[in-house]
Amino acid sequence: MIEVKNIQKKFGDKTVIQDVSAVMKAGQCNLIIGASGSGKTVLMKCMVGLFVPDEGEILYHGQNFTSMDAKAKTEVRKEIGMLFQGAALFDSLTVEQNVMFPLDMFTNWPVKKKLERVNEVLNRVNLVEANRKYPAELSGGMKKRVALARAIVLNPKYLFCDEPNSGLDPQTSLVIDKLIKEITIEYNITTVVNTHDMNSVMEIGDYILYMYQGNKEWEGTNREIIFSKNQRLNDFIFASEFLKDAKDMRMLEETGQIPNHRNMDILTGNDPGNIHRPGKG
Amino acid sequence: MTIFSDIGRYLLMIKGMFSKPENGKMYWKEFMHQCAEIGVGSLGIVAIISVFIGAVSTIQTAYQLVSPLIPPSTIAQIVRDTVILEFAPTLVCIVLAGVAGSRIASELGNMRVSEQIDALEIMGINTKGYLIMPKIAAALLMIPLLVIIAMVLGIWGGRLAGAMANILSGSVYDRGLLENFVPYNVIFALIKSYVFAFIISSVPAFFGYFVQGGALEIGRASTKAVVVSCIAILFADYVLSALLL
Repeated sequence: MIEVKNIQKKFGDKTVIQDVSAVMKAGQCNLIIGASGSGKTVLMKCMVGLFVPDEGEILYHGQNFTSMDAKAKTEVRKEIGMLFQGAALFDSLTVEQNVMFPLDMFTNWPVKKKLERVNEVLNRVNLVEANRKYPAELSGGMKKRVALARAIVLNPKYLFCDEPNSGLDPQTSLVIDKLIKEITIEYNITTVVNTHDMNSVMEIGDYILYMYQGNKEWEGTNREIIFSKNQRLNDFIFASEFLKDAKDMRMLEETGQIPNHRNMDILTGNDPGNIHRPGKG
Repeated sequence: MTIFSDIGRYLLMIKGMFSKPENGKMYWKEFMHQCAEIGVGSLGIVAIISVFIGAVSTIQTAYQLVSPLIPPSTIAQIVRDTVILEFAPTLVCIVLAGVAGSRIASELGNMRVSEQIDALEIMGINTKGYLIMPKIAAALLMIPLLVIIAMVLGIWGGRLAGAMANILSGSVYDRGLLENFVPYNVIFALIKSYVFAFIISSVPAFFGYFVQGGALEIGRASTKAVVVSCIAILFADYVLSALLL
């Protein structure tokens, strides 16, 4: 679990984040959403320690990350995996070497065991027969998957994804979203995702934090977001007429007024139990 | 004010390099890689420049020494001392500032812009220690070796040119090399090469490591790194000559 307490960050005279607090739970996909310049990337960089907040605290399982000394921070960072917007793969290394890098650096495993682990995570992200390729030879989606494999190779407790779908087609975006969700549940990771992809919000957003001009404007789940009355949030999410119509349709589905695959089980009494429904708490 | 803050950041960067390596083997591997890049990668250009500098020195010295009272072996003495004292350490290091320095700046700049340095930081790796320290250590090892090679090849180039142009025979040249030889000159040249090696590796590393922006800024940082390194080398050359000669 990661707790963000009253974080404030300024660059010169400009306040980029103002008094933001949130709790990111384990085994969940926690999404930070907001328009460009709303401070979501800065917030994430504060959380991982790339920026030092001017005020407030970041707690990793109750340990205050912001006030730790460099050595203790390094120990926490070993439990963090991060997927960067541009994948941030090492250009001079092959896919296999990229994924093996954290193992080379932080374990004394024999090469055979390291290779097994590398192939295991590459299979997990559905990337086979790409071990010998260099990043320049990969597509955008493949790069993201390699970066995801590298991020999880050491079994991290925390996974940060900065705009994982940027530059990807909708279909590949869905694949990446699905992978992030599955890995989060499978390894019980506290996952934090920066995004403004509405598909991601609706598909994987267990907890959503909406940032507006550096402030926390709204928080809730992907179910609650449909019924939110927050005007700024609605303006941001349902920016087009198409999305507004989709929202109306989704509301009708959620309230059971029209059936679809999402609520048929609920209506027929085969509720899987993991769907939040309005009026049921 | 910018120059003072840059010097401060440069010193903090140097201080930040010194920490216990996360994995000694990986640091060693990176050090060896940098030795190959800086040393072997620059050997060709250093060899070519050295031979021609020695050759040109012999011809130009002979052109200026027209008096019959001066023995031809003096040409060899002048070429030897010029190559050892100035051409091998200073000129070669200025060329290396362009070859190795720009490579270091652009490599680190590219890693910064593409968030590779951030990725290493997130993993809990001291990026200054892992990325900059091996470069400086490799430069401190390889550049003095390159300078020694440059001295040998420069003097040999002078001998070759002297014989080919019928200025002086090989035996006269060899005799001249042994006359009035001061071993301290070699030590002085090596001291200079160590100082220049530190400049060539650390200054471009600073400009590359702290680059902000995109591809254009990487190019600018690379150019600036070479220019500042060359100026620093010339300044250090003057200071060391004034202090040690």
